[in-house]
Amino acid sequence: MRVKDLRPALAALAPAVWLSACGGQSSSSGPPPNAQRVDESRAGRISGRVVLEGQPPANGPIKMTADPECVRQNPEGARFETIAVKDDGLENVFVYVKDGLGNYYFDVPTQPVTLDQKGCRYHPHVFGIRVGQPVEISNSDPTLHNVHAVAKANQEFNFPQPVPGMKTRRTFTRREVMVPFRCDVHNWMNAYVGVLDHPYFAVTSDGGHFELEGVPAGTYTIEAWHEKLGTQTAQVTLGEKEAKEISFTFNAASAN
Amino acid sequence: MVWLHRYSKLVAASTVLLIAAGGMVTSTGSGLAVPDWPNTYGQFMFRFPFEKMVGGILYEHGHRLIASTVGFLTIVLAAWTWLREPRRWVRRLAVGALGAVILQGVLGGMTVLFYLPAPISIGHAGLAQLFFCMTISIALFTSRSWLTDRSSIDDLRLRRLTIFTTSLVYCQILIGATIRHTGAGLAIPDFPLAFGRVLPPLWTAPIALHYMHRVVALVVTIQICATAFYVWTHHRRQPQLLGPALLLVGLVALQATLGAFVVWSRLQPIVNTAHVVNGALVLATSLVLTLRTHRVKLDRLGAVDERSPLISSASALGVRS
Repeated sequence: MRVKDLRPALAALAPAVWLSACGGQSSSSGPPPNAQRVDESRAGRISGRVVLEGQPPANGPIKMTADPECVRQNPEGARFETIAVKDDGLENVFVYVKDGLGNYYFDVPTQPVTLDQKGCRYHPHVFGIRVGQPVEISNSDPTLHNVHAVAKANQEFNFPQPVPGMKTRRTFTRREVMVPFRCDVHNWMNAYVGVLDHPYFAVTSDGGHFELEGVPAGTYTIEAWHEKLGTQTAQVTLGEKEAKEISFTFNAASAN
Repeated sequence: MVWLHRYSKLVAASTVLLIAAGGMVTSTGSGLAVPDWPNTYGQFMFRFPFEKMVGGILYEHGHRLIASTVGFLTIVLAAWTWLREPRRWVRRLAVGALGAVILQGVLGGMTVLFYLPAPISIGHAGLAQLFFCMTISIALFTSRSWLTDRSSIDDLRLRRLTIFTTSLVYCQILIGATIRHTGAGLAIPDFPLAFGRVLPPLWTAPIALHYMHRVVALVVTIQICATAFYVWTHHRRQPQLLGPALLLVGLVALQATLGAFVVWSRLQPIVNTAHVVNGALVLATSLVLTLRTHRVKLDRLGAVDERSPLISSASALGVRS
């Protein structure tokens, strides 16, 4: 038996050993004792905007000459998407409820989240997923990629997608913000996924706006994460059926 | 024996190329560009299409192809030495080199399958240098100069000095490998100072490791200069000692320069790899000097203390070997 053959078994065993040692909560188990569901009719909403102060640094050009196929896919060239700004609003920021949810229980969606490799880039660049929900990773490029999730709390994985049109599903078993994805063949390719055990997360788009819908009343810590600018947190107390707005402000100077 | 010596030089030279290829894999961050092993993207590695060797695959798969070639060359070297070499300890060294290259291949595969864990990757880098030392030694022991040299340099102080130098260089290479495989290459971002000071203002594990590499580099340089000075003052008329001693001084100066450029260039892959390869050359040169100072000791192991199987059978048949 090859070492590689043992890897899935070890991967399956590792979380179980970890859970039994640490008393952690498995995603595949049912609702824990005393867990409650959110009453949708009394839930509120947290929305807001992430703003970038100062002159945003220009995203550098991507040198794709290592793979002629990637050059063909991007005839006008490509730039990194690290700092995406529209009307001073910062996009690609992962905003989520970090703390304060108590013992609410949420069903895990069975519909997969998709991550596509197209034009030698990941689409989307930043996204969120639930613990136990599948992510379907596809290769829409006429070249090969390796898909490498550099997870720390979850099991790291790295698999090949040599054939265009290939689709592979994986799931994350533990909460982790963020898990970086990278392609070691094309070292400019990266993406980030936030893995959460609840549905209250969003990625800013279109001028840095975000919305967290169906949040039960309570006091929460909301965190905004950006791949280059780091994190910021805010405290929010939300009443029943209440809608609250918050904002985060990052400084462009910290990107340098 | 002439052709065995030439062939062993070919194996040693191929190993330099292999170390360079391995250096490029790490320097370009391509270690996991081929996620499977021993296959390449599900295909038998020798049938993987050349046109698909793009991006990181070029470095990782290229490294595997060169490694396979060196492995094959080493099998031939071990067999050839076993059959033709009259000195038992040289034959054993060749078999040891074969064992080392096999273990090296397994370590290379394991580090891919387990996502580049630092201990395995550092072990892979450290064993590469030991294997290189073995091939250099075989080339030296089968050389005409070694076989015909009748000078008997018996200098205990020089022997101790060269052993210490070679050991120190190897330790420094292991520290360097640890820096590379733990991502501490720019833990101190400036050179020659550390954060603008002689001593770093804060100490984390990567900073301490990086700083240690610089301090040991200084010690290695002083040690090599001291060794070369000793050879110059005591054995100036022995070209087999003076040559490697002077070369060692030149190589260590180049190594220090490359080390500075590694930081200044922000780990530029070619500069980084040149630093790795030149480090291997410093080690090899120091080893050659060490072995030559141990010539008298090694001769006591016996020039022809045990006949090889082929030579024995040829002798039994009355054939001159």
